[in-house]
Amino acid sequence: MTATTSPLAAPDRTEPTSFAFDAISLDAIAKILAKYPADKKASGTLPLLDLAQRQMGRVTGSAWVPVVAMDEIARVLDIAPVRVYEVATFYLMYNTKPIGRHHLQVCGTTPCWLRGSDSVRDAIKACTGIKHYGETSEDGLFTMSEVECLGGCVNAPILQVDDDYYEDMNAESTTALVEALKRGEKPARGSSIGRQNSAPEGGPLTLNTIVGE
Amino acid sequence: MLSDQDRIFTNLYGIHDAGLAGARRRGDWDNTAALIALGRDKLIEEVKASGLRGRGGAGFPTGLKWSFMPKEIGERPHYLVINADESEPGSCKDRDILRHDPHKLVEGALIASFAMGAHACYIYVRGEYYNEAMALQKAIDEAYDAGLLGKNAAGSGWNFDLYVHRGAGAYICGEETAMLESIEGKKGMPRLKPPFPAACGLYGCPTTVNNVESIAVVPTILRRGAGWFAGFGRPNNTGTKLFSISGHVNKPCNFEEQLGVPLKELIEKYAGGVRGGWDNLLAIIPGGSSVPMINAEVADTVLADFDSLRAVGSGLGTAAVIVMDKSTDPIKAIARLAHFYKHESCGQCTPCREGTGWMKRVMDRMVEGRAEAAEIDVLWQVTKQIEGHTICALGDAAAWPIQGLIKNFRPLMEERIAEYKRSHGAKHSSKMAAE
Repeated sequence: MTATTSPLAAPDRTEPTSFAFDAISLDAIAKILAKYPADKKASGTLPLLDLAQRQMGRVTGSAWVPVVAMDEIARVLDIAPVRVYEVATFYLMYNTKPIGRHHLQVCGTTPCWLRGSDSVRDAIKACTGIKHYGETSEDGLFTMSEVECLGGCVNAPILQVDDDYYEDMNAESTTALVEALKRGEKPARGSSIGRQNSAPEGGPLTLNTIVGE
Repeated sequence: MLSDQDRIFTNLYGIHDAGLAGARRRGDWDNTAALIALGRDKLIEEVKASGLRGRGGAGFPTGLKWSFMPKEIGERPHYLVINADESEPGSCKDRDILRHDPHKLVEGALIASFAMGAHACYIYVRGEYYNEAMALQKAIDEAYDAGLLGKNAAGSGWNFDLYVHRGAGAYICGEETAMLESIEGKKGMPRLKPPFPAACGLYGCPTTVNNVESIAVVPTILRRGAGWFAGFGRPNNTGTKLFSISGHVNKPCNFEEQLGVPLKELIEKYAGGVRGGWDNLLAIIPGGSSVPMINAEVADTVLADFDSLRAVGSGLGTAAVIVMDKSTDPIKAIARLAHFYKHESCGQCTPCREGTGWMKRVMDRMVEGRAEAAEIDVLWQVTKQIEGHTICALGDAAAWPIQGLIKNFRPLMEERIAEYKRSHGAKHSSKMAAE
């Protein structure tokens, strides 16, 4: 199946005409496939989709998986292309269309919502010009998505930027983060109010008698 | 308050070195071969005697689950799969184990795998936990380099390989058979049971799926004795447990405490109390989003353990306590959960696929009050049509929060509807049939 005939390749998408794994990815593929029994190469489907998306991000600045990459994954794993397509469209983290340089993922599930995730979303809108979830800013720097529970609820609200969690966010810290990203900086991940990870604000109430080193 | 000496996860907050050297100083990997030398039967017996119940939400006895694996290794290899797909709204405890105390998990994986005859184990880490998966992989690499994994792991005579498999953003993969499908490279759609994974699991081989915390506590239980662990909590609800308190408290946090402590005490001692004081409490979801909420009156006295919370019509789940104060619109809070379950339904079973969307649409109208009072009963009936009629528990999980809302806040829902009618005129009332 060629990219142009695939139902996944919508007309407005910029489908590349070909995709090949680069040397960095090929090295990773060998390590990934060594994890699974030799006759169970299909287990590599999820990791290879992730790898293709990371390579696209590295090479083109937009981390997404075009259909030609899915076809290449099917070839490498010796499975039918549709097996890759159905996985790519089932899991939320695979972007099947181009996205901005940074993926701003706002957790909107109840624990984050209770702590003010709406203001995180609104701050992103205000400083990127993005109007709705799923949109990319005009400068191509940002795509904003709503995601479901990120599993960082005691540090809510969480804003995930690409691979990193930014925690205990509010409108001001969100704006500061987005402005820093615009300047090409990547602030340290974690709590924006200086908490020790999941410990309560003000410092741990437990484990203070544990001597580390 | 539990003393620090009785806490298992001594690097919960990542203050100390999470690497092998730091882990060894905290007692991990201390003569692991001697634990394995106890033998399979004795290991399972100890875990049973500790009373450990699965920490992933269902609370099934861990030792009993292990005993379901075939005694002898036949033609098909055995597998252990560790569930690190922590995605239950409110729950974020396994994250701390993965990033700050990964060696407890790695050592536990070796011991548990030996006890079940598995030479290989996969840890399924949710895709969003990228940094956590990297921290875990680092611990695994260190363990291989030190001879603690691989051939003759930790000098035990047992060959053992441990792999990280990352997910890609699907709550349903936390369901054990969906997780197996996902490792096999497929969509995360739960399998019909039976056959159960212990008979036919990963790649059609005998498999046990355990939560991260359930496995990570095992080495400490064995070192300190089943009696030590069973000495905490209450009968059938033993041991220490990681809790996550989120929402409207002054200081949200994770911590370890024994089971059976009053929920109110946990919130006040560890999380700085409810914002605005205990009297400002509206409701609590005590075990992650899938369990029904409890109101302030129940929360006042209930103990935080499996059986106490079950007795009040809720559950301990993953011990993820979501607190809502009186500023919360509980209808909107639950409507957002309805959106979550609609988003995460895998689409396999009709009651869940259609029902979660239907419930979300009705809940969105309930938030506005754009509904008929009689629709509350219809909504209740639909939750009952979904509950118990699907392959996996996601249907139940989607139904229970709404049932909890109706049980506790029906008058508020009716008032919202009446108010909408007052401000919009009765002629603008909704058409039920349209749903």
